[in-house]
Amino acid sequence: MIEEKFDAIVVGAGPSGNAAAYTMAKEGLKVLQLERGEYPGSKNVQGAILYADALEKIIPDFREDAPLERHVIEQRLWTMDDTSYVGMHYRSDDFNEERPNRYTIIRAQFDKWFSGKVREAGVVLLCETTVTELLRDTQGRVIGVRTDREGGTAFADVVILGEGVNGLVGQRSGLRPELKPETVALAVKEMHFLPREVIESRFNLKGNEGAVIEAMGTITDGMTGTGFIYTNQESISIGIGCIVSDFAESGRTPYGLLEAFKRHPSVRPLLEGSECKEYAAHLIPEGGYNAMPELFGDGWIVVGDAGQFVNAVHREGSNLAMTTGRVAGETVVWLKRRREVASKANLAEYQRRLEATFVMKDLKKYRRIPDFLHRNKQFFGVYPKLLSAAAQTWFRVDGVDKRAKEKQIFQSFREGRTLPGLIGDALKLARSWR
Amino acid sequence: MHIVVCMKQVPDSAQIRVHPVTNTIMRQGVPTIINPYDLFALEEALRLRDRLGGEVTVLTMGPPMAEDSLRKALTFGADRAVLLTDRAFAGSDTLATSFALAAALDKVGREFGVPPIVFTGKQTIDGDTAQVGPGIAKRLGLNQLTYVARIADLDPAAGTITVERRAEGGLQVLQTRLPVLITMLEGVNEIRRGGLDDAYRAARAQVVRWSAADAGITDLASCGLKGSPTIVKKVFAPQGRAEQVRQVPTIDRSADELAADVMAAIFQTQPALEEDLLRFAAGQ
Repeated sequence: MIEEKFDAIVVGAGPSGNAAAYTMAKEGLKVLQLERGEYPGSKNVQGAILYADALEKIIPDFREDAPLERHVIEQRLWTMDDTSYVGMHYRSDDFNEERPNRYTIIRAQFDKWFSGKVREAGVVLLCETTVTELLRDTQGRVIGVRTDREGGTAFADVVILGEGVNGLVGQRSGLRPELKPETVALAVKEMHFLPREVIESRFNLKGNEGAVIEAMGTITDGMTGTGFIYTNQESISIGIGCIVSDFAESGRTPYGLLEAFKRHPSVRPLLEGSECKEYAAHLIPEGGYNAMPELFGDGWIVVGDAGQFVNAVHREGSNLAMTTGRVAGETVVWLKRRREVASKANLAEYQRRLEATFVMKDLKKYRRIPDFLHRNKQFFGVYPKLLSAAAQTWFRVDGVDKRAKEKQIFQSFREGRTLPGLIGDALKLARSWR
Repeated sequence: MHIVVCMKQVPDSAQIRVHPVTNTIMRQGVPTIINPYDLFALEEALRLRDRLGGEVTVLTMGPPMAEDSLRKALTFGADRAVLLTDRAFAGSDTLATSFALAAALDKVGREFGVPPIVFTGKQTIDGDTAQVGPGIAKRLGLNQLTYVARIADLDPAAGTITVERRAEGGLQVLQTRLPVLITMLEGVNEIRRGGLDDAYRAARAQVVRWSAADAGITDLASCGLKGSPTIVKKVFAPQGRAEQVRQVPTIDRSADELAADVMAAIFQTQPALEEDLLRFAAGQ
């Protein structure tokens, strides 16, 4: 058998790999894409929210046939204690626009659709094919991959690693160290089916409008993490995740947290009468900028979760994945046009281009946040409780005068966190956010 | 030797359910797979090809999306895939299906060489009738060997084949003359994992698509719903049994507590059992 040579090999058929493969094939490059799952999307788990902007830059008319669930018109942020939540809700009819900004999606369907576009563009996609290692020449340059199939080597000018959070290929090949438990979150999720009218009445929606809830507080039992509830057309996605090292320390189980979250008095009525049809778990890289591995080298580029491209604060990941995939693809096309090799020096263009996008700007801005949240658990336990108690004191009408109530609230914060503690937290938060 | 394997894309029946109110089968979101029994047929065909040379063609009738299953069969190592797809075939029962497949097999023979062996799985997991294979054999005048567990001997020169057939009460050793239609039993082999070259070929192959007209079918009254005398009078979910399933929460419970919870749940519906056990414990 003659071994085939491609312009590029893309490892993985998730958002980043698909974006990279599509971008290159559209420009006429000969692309091989390898996916270990039975079909694209079979291994992928996400909440999931699709941010239109990142996909629009790749497939401008995606709305015509992509499997979208609901466009998000209402965003709820909940700070929860055991019996209550203090919420900030933003709902706007402006989000009922012609080209909505955010959608809920079901990844198994969405990834299949995306992969269809990728194959239409001419990419050779092989599923159930796991890349076991990178092949290098005598100078250490990556020249291809070995797969777990018989006769399974393939060669290319450049290998784009969109292999996902575990990043086993890159790890095994020594491109990056093993994941650290404190930089990765473990999230679990269930899909609860309900008739669409029920979902629409419970969340005050009509047509394809959607609402999403992001929650934090005592639901994570003192660990650094968040929960979410997303509305799909005929199902509700509910999930919760915390940093892996926190799970290890506390001994709590992810499914235990999810069960408790579902039993919360503010959540239970939303799910009442639903049928859970799917259970999934996944890792999320949340180490941010400071946990980022090397992004390129001689003959290789990293995109998506494998490169820690997740903005944990804003719950953004797939848009970063698509954007890094696209930029990587564009960089390879650009080099090809200039007839230049994919050397480390030349591929530095990838990082230069990324620096100009929101991806690097946002991750740099929040580079202190992951560590900050990891070290300051009071934001997940003490403060939600104080906030809820304060709201209750304020809203309960019980003959106590308002000045006394204000005093009581202020006192509770001082007792709960001490004055220096409060000031310190405010300063630390401001510094990390900057 | 040219071998044809007839296969079907089916909903993964492990995940299918009947709607409690409308009594219709809820297919939405249920993944489709190659009928598992057909994979034993495919592997047997691939083994014969590897031993004797020749080609394996996979043939299916179904909607356009059935192409996914055919492509998968190519990944396993089949050489050619033919999809028989036409709105005229919609609603086919086993009679109409065997009519269309027999016509397509005829055409396959003319286009790619007459197959001395046609394989199918013993039945499909969605219909469970086991009628289509024998129906094809009858229509094409092929000798038929059903529920085959092993191909003991194949002599292409003499045109004979000997198989072991599992039957009630024992194993039959049967010999017949080619051409033959074989329906394969489950568990007799394991589908192979194709090599990288198979995967490339599958990704790039053009699946042959035939409409009814392409397959030379003119008698449309024998196709699809029109050609299907079988009438589904009623679909219903099996009645749930009277016994109830009760779930005992396991979160934050020690083993002892869990055991106590389970026993309490049992005693709640079986008070007599609790009394018996108490009497037994008291030594009565």
